[in-house]
Formats: sequence, structure tokens, C-alpha cells
Amino acid sequence: MRKLGDVARLIRSKNAGPFILTFDIMFDGEENYRKVIDAQVLTKSRFASIYHVAEKDIALFEHDAAMAIKISIPRPYVQCDIDDGDVYGGQQHGPLVDLELPD
Amino acid sequence: MTEIRVLAATGMLGSGFLESSFARGISLEPHVIACDAGSTDAGPAHLGGDIPYFDREVIKRDLRLMLLGRDQCNGRLIVGSCGMGGGDWAVDWMRDIALEIAREENLSFRLALIKSEQDKAYLKTRLGQGRILPLMPEIPISEEIIDTSAHIVGVMGSEPIAAAIETGAKVILAGRATDTSLYSTVPVMMGAGAGPAWHAAKTLECGTAATIQRKRPDCIFGWIRDDHFDIEPLGPESRCTPQSVAAHTLYENADPYLITEPDGVLDTREAQYTALSDRAVRVTGSQYHKSDRYTVKLEGARLTGYQTAIIAGVRDPFILRQLDDWMDKMRAKFAERIKEMYDGKIGVENYSISVRVYGRDGVMGKLEPRRDEIGHEVGLLFTVTADQETTSRAIAKSFAHFALHFPIPEWQGLISGLAFPFSPAELYKGPAFNFSLNHVVVPDNPLEMFRTEIREV
Repeated sequence: MRKLGDVARLIRSKNAGPFILTFDIMFDGEENYRKVIDAQVLTKSRFASIYHVAEKDIALFEHDAAMAIKISIPRPYVQCDIDDGDVYGGQQHGPLVDLELPD
Repeated sequence: MTEIRVLAATGMLGSGFLESSFARGISLEPHVIACDAGSTDAGPAHLGGDIPYFDREVIKRDLRLMLLGRDQCNGRLIVGSCGMGGGDWAVDWMRDIALEIAREENLSFRLALIKSEQDKAYLKTRLGQGRILPLMPEIPISEEIIDTSAHIVGVMGSEPIAAAIETGAKVILAGRATDTSLYSTVPVMMGAGAGPAWHAAKTLECGTAATIQRKRPDCIFGWIRDDHFDIEPLGPESRCTPQSVAAHTLYENADPYLITEPDGVLDTREAQYTALSDRAVRVTGSQYHKSDRYTVKLEGARLTGYQTAIIAGVRDPFILRQLDDWMDKMRAKFAERIKEMYDGKIGVENYSISVRVYGRDGVMGKLEPRRDEIGHEVGLLFTVTADQETTSRAIAKSFAHFALHFPIPEWQGLISGLAFPFSPAELYKGPAFNFSLNHVVVPDNPLEMFRTEIREV
């Protein structure tokens, strides 16, 4: 089974300021970008179930010029609060890499 | 047609760039050389504790090349968010480095220092007037939060920088500023289109981050005209493609199309990205919409306590299968022990002990979908946070010893259940801070929150 990480050029997470966490999923070409969007691999409800966040808190963008999908959520732990273990928010994307694609 | 040339030295002052790339940039006669020196990205400790992010020597190396380059092309040099946090102390620190370089290199220029720390009485007045507004996600604000924040900065936009440039200043060292305003101010003042200027600024501000396969921090150059801008990296191995430039609007932004500044919003929804060569890109269709209301974002850092860390590994299978239970009991029993040892003078109201389990959910915490899985070993990070430095150190020493020998029912006799990589086991981390504000101020005018000092060097 192919995974999102196999077809993406880059999957990353990062702070967008201390209070927002953002995820970028970028593709090399139109084909994989369209395929992932058309197959609804990454929807708000899918993301909500993986990350235990409410759908209403998720902003999802498709960016054709960048051939990228972007998702932003309120930071689950505010940056550098006592339970935050990722100052830059750079290692929160792991579960997305393993998302399975339909055949 | 107006053409304003902008040289971005690197994504962040002190992260370095190639001298050859920079020399090429200077030969293209930039009107402005800019660079940011900070953000909130590294956390609140830099603002809260007046701690610079990089060592002085690496800052001085980059700044020396930039001051010499500026002298050669006679453009403006703008550095913002000094020291990472952008506090007043950091502007003075950067000023002293610049003055030292000027003496060593025999340079002269008019220098502007723009400070962005906020007067607490001013903020409390604005709060009372209902002119401090929350951003999303909303966090509480009160006079007490303002009073107990160690430092609060306003994030300046273009206007204070433009005012400094109007005095004839050639070198501008600013406190906290939006990265974009460092790059957009001169082009907008000189008549370039606002849409292209702000979009170019957003693309340039991380240096070579807008290139494909960034290999190292380096210089990047923008040509900003009435209705478009061109961008090209200056290192021989770097390339921009339409996709890499478009993709940079995503970086560190919640919304890839709309980016809010104090006086308006950059709108890249209609932007078109075209290759000019295999390494240069032209962008058209960028727009900048002025806002009805001028707003200045606040950033505050508030002391949360004094921290001491203990790092330890666990490999014993019996401990691993009851890890949470073991650590919960350990901390409960330890609280009783502390009560005995300090005769009630130190208690749980003075300290907390948190633990992070690497190898299970250390990175993602409650977000980790695989937190039921545990490997053959884990790394533990205990963090003692206390209201005093002495308490933090004392509790950590006792806790490391107590935890080391804390029993499990399966083993009879004294165990040593933690593998410490260091002696002593505890590492004092210093004061810890959180971000205390996520708000904007509505000032009477764009300059009232910032203080500018002009001097001849």
C-alpha cells in the first residue's frame, strides 16, 4: 500500500506563531497533487480523527500554484507551555507521512 | 518604470551566507539590504530573559559584511527583531556590535535605533479603552498579565521604519518588527507597487527558503517594479522555480493567501508565478489591501518558574510495562518525602514535576495516535518547575535520587531503575517563560508605540 509520504515532495509541520500549528503537504507534480485531492486522502474529518481536534478548528487550503495542501489548527499545546515538547512545532507531521493512499 | 532592488542577506542574521553571493548582490546595486534577526519561533525565553539567540561573534561576522556592503553601494541597511526577541536590550546589544564594527572598519553613517518594548501603563490604558483586541485562538488578558509579563514588545510595521529613513538614516536597527516590513518599506517609499513590494518581502524574508532544495542559508535578490517582482537566488547552486516561490507563501503562515500586516493585508490569491530562467521567477498579480483599522500585534513573555531537567533511560521490561503507574506513585510518594524533609516549608504548591516519555509520546504528547506502543527502552525527561531557583535545584537533586531507587512490586531488594547519562543527574535550565499575549493594540497613530533614536556614527 502506498503512503502519502511516498508521493509527497515534502510533508512538514511548523509554528505559525506561538498559538497556531500548520502542516504543509507539497507535491512534485500536478498528477500526485490532483490524485491525493481527488481521492480525498486528507480531508478535515480525516485530519480531525488523527489529531483529535474539532473539525471547526481546522483550516484546510488547496494551493494549486504551490501544488500543496495546507492545514492549520490552534496549537494543541501553546508553544513552550509546560506540556509542549516541540518548540518549533516541526515534528508533529509524522502520522500524515503514514496515511495510506487508495490503490 | 520604477525598479527597486532589494538584497536579502540571509534568512536570519547570524545564520550565515556566502561572501561571494553577497558580493554579487552588492554589485547589483540594491536600494536596500535587509535581514531579520529574530521571531517568536525559538520560544519566549529570548524576549523574557534578554537572551540573544546566536553568539555575538557570528552576528558580528554577518553584520560586518552587511555594513561594508552597504557602505559600498550606499543603500540602506535594515535589521529587525534584534537578538531574537526584539527587546530594547537586544537593540542596544546590536548597536554596540555595529559601533564596534564601524570603529574597526572606519565606517560612518547615520544610525537609527527603533525600540519596540511597551510601557505597561500605556497598555493598561489601552486595555481599559477596549483598544486591545484578542487574536484567535483567544487567550485571557488582564492588568495582572500585563504587569507580570517580564517584557512586552509591539511588532512594528513599515511606518516607524519609514519615519527613520526619512531622517536620512542609512543603517536601521529595529526591535521587534514584521519580517516583511524590513523589506517592503523602502520599495513602497520609492514608488514600487504595494502588492509586489509586500509579496516580494514575504518571499525574500527567509533568504534561500524560497529556493528549491535549500542547501544552505544564503542571499537572495528581488527586483520590485510597479506591477510585478522578479526574484533570483545569488548562490551558484540555488534555484527558484515558480512552485518554490509560490510554496514560500505557505511557510510559517496559518493562511497561505492572506498575510496580515499592521496597516493592511497581502493578498496572493491572484498571483501568477512564471519562470524567467531555470533559477529566476517573475510574480504578477499580488495585491495589498489597506485595512480600515491600524493594529500592532503584541508579544509578551511571562516567567513561569525556574526549571531543572533530569534525563534518564529505562530498559527494565518490568518497569516499562507499568511505566505510568510507577512514575505516578513515585511522584506521589516523593511529595510526602518532601513534606517530611522540609518540615512543610516546601510543598507541592512551590514546585511541579512533569515527565515526558521519549520512545512513546515524547514528541506529540496527547496528539500521538500510537501512544499505546512502547519499545524496548524509553528516554525520560523529568522537568522540575519551581517558584525559586534554589527550590528548583533542591527538588531536582532529591527527586533524581528518590526516583532512581523507587521500587516495583516484581523485584525484591533495592533497584536502580533509571539510567542517568550525566553526573550530576540534574541540569539547571534557568528561568522559563510562556507567551502571555495573543493580542493587537489599536493605537492613535502608527508611531506612538515605538521610540526612535538617531545618531551619527
